[in-house]
Amino acid sequence: MQKYSIFNLVKNALSNHENWDLAWKDPTPKKEYDVVIIGGGGHGLATAYYLAKEHNITNVAIIEKGWIGGGNVGRNTTIIRSNYMHDDNALFSEFGMDLWRKMSQDLNYNVMFSPRGIINLAHSDAQMNVYARRGNSMRLNGIDAVLLNREQVKEIIPMADFSENVRFPIFGGLMQPSAGTARHDAVAWGYARQADSMGVDIIQNCEVTGFDISAGKINGVRTSRGDIKVKKIGLCVAGSTNILAEKLNMTLPIETHLLQACVSEPVKPVLDRVVTFGAGHFYISQSDKGEMVMGGDLDGYNSYAQRGNLPTLQHVLTEGIAMMPFLSKLKMLRTWGGIMDMSMDGSPIIDKTHIEGLYLNCGWCYGGFKATPASGWTFAHTIAQDRVHKLNAGYSLERFNTGYLLDEKGLGTKTWIS
Amino acid sequence: MLYIFCPHCGMRSQNEFSYGGDATVKRPELNKEVSDKDWDNFVYNRKSLRGKHWELWQHISGCRQWIKVERDTGTHEIFNTLKADEEISK
Ligand SMILES: Cc1cc2nc3c(=O)[nH]c(=O)nc-3n(C[C@H](O)[C@H](O)[C@H](O)COP(=O)(O)OP(=O)(O)OC[C@H]3O[C@@H](n4cnc5c(N)ncnc54)[C@H](O)[C@@H]3O)c2cc1C
Ligand SMILES: [Zn+2]
Repeated sequence: MQKYSIFNLVKNALSNHENWDLAWKDPTPKKEYDVVIIGGGGHGLATAYYLAKEHNITNVAIIEKGWIGGGNVGRNTTIIRSNYMHDDNALFSEFGMDLWRKMSQDLNYNVMFSPRGIINLAHSDAQMNVYARRGNSMRLNGIDAVLLNREQVKEIIPMADFSENVRFPIFGGLMQPSAGTARHDAVAWGYARQADSMGVDIIQNCEVTGFDISAGKINGVRTSRGDIKVKKIGLCVAGSTNILAEKLNMTLPIETHLLQACVSEPVKPVLDRVVTFGAGHFYISQSDKGEMVMGGDLDGYNSYAQRGNLPTLQHVLTEGIAMMPFLSKLKMLRTWGGIMDMSMDGSPIIDKTHIEGLYLNCGWCYGGFKATPASGWTFAHTIAQDRVHKLNAGYSLERFNTGYLLDEKGLGTKTWIS
Repeated sequence: MLYIFCPHCGMRSQNEFSYGGDATVKRPELNKEVSDKDWDNFVYNRKSLRGKHWELWQHISGCRQWIKVERDTGTHEIFNTLKADEEISK
């Protein structure tokens, strides 16, 4: 594989950039692999990469029904953070933050990680207390957290509405300075390119249609491009988890819901942080191109549509305008949606299953982009060693039976209001 | 925008309704011993497939009744609506 470097850039310029290697190949599926990863989203690609890099397992195929990066990894609003209260979530996410900081070097691919900080706004005294508590929990776990008062918030984001007579006045906020954003496509492509270079087969336009299981053990997968023999399968299909679970005769604590996002026309730099509204569900950041990137609530009913309805968008943008009135002047450029694997406690599952050789990675809700490196790393460990790592021990499927739920927001099992 | 036929009020826009989830989930009977597995299935486990889905909606900005709606989760086409106490025919 050619390294991406200034030297190679200059060298290739001499031949009009016509001789670069393909970033990854387009192989035909082999008859047999050691591990098959289903789903070429961020998590599947990262898992394959860490299987090869950390565990020397390279006879691996990623089976993707569409094209890599066509799922949620290419549809999200790219917020990366570890501002969690529960230990399992906090330690897992902070481990991920460390991988994010090193990712561009590690992958030799500029993922444009931008630790610009995230501010969660508070709109009441009670909310300030809750944020103080969350901030303290974060700091106990070694994560940076700063509680800001109204004046401090105003200094950072003066364009927010600080007038007195508003329905949800800004009391202050909780900031994680090390949080930020990254270029989502680059993350998928960077992992794909490195995994490919270590021998992983990235097989696109190939749908998994069934499983070959006997005596409780995985023997293979059926795909639209033929049967493949394999003893270990990692399921990383995000919003399609329930569809494949049915083929495995499993019913999971997951529902599939739709989340929309949108971007405005590009404008000059105005917002250099990620900001979330605390009296509803709205978040915003500005992309390098200048677009305001915005999102909020789920559409609110089970959906596989991959495109949203207007009432939710209107609701979300109304919150945005309440928080930052200047947004009402902007024209909307694009809206889109992705289907989310909403788990019943809002936390993910990375675990073995009762079927030998079947490993489960799902339940990412709307926060799975930031988890991409840590999820891939721990899932690769779980598959390679056939046991969970301590970082993902809390993400067991069993917790729904034992009661050790990880409900960060305390919302209960109504996934559609999460 | 979805348009939902409320069996009590007629055709109304989605804005008047709030969602209540899978309508086929049944609470285990309380007068007998309930296994953990049955509770799990009731509280947490959902099929949530692509295609026809029976679900609960409440007409909160109308008659405030709960109703059952059969909707396609891929296309959002609505096939059928029932009053809360009407049985879903298989
Ligand atoms: C609008 C929106 C905003 C979001 N914002 C954020 C955010 O700001 N921060 C954050 O952390 N997270 C965010 N998320 C969530 C995040 O994008 C997801 O949790 C994460 O991308 C899911 O993991 P993935 O990348 O592996 O999924 P995907 O990219 O969806 O990968 C799953 C892949 O599986 C494939 N597949 C499915 N079925 C089959 C089959 N039968 N055979 C073969 N392949 C199959 C799909 O085609 C798909 O490519 C957002 C999501 C959306 C939709
Ligand atoms: Zn009604």
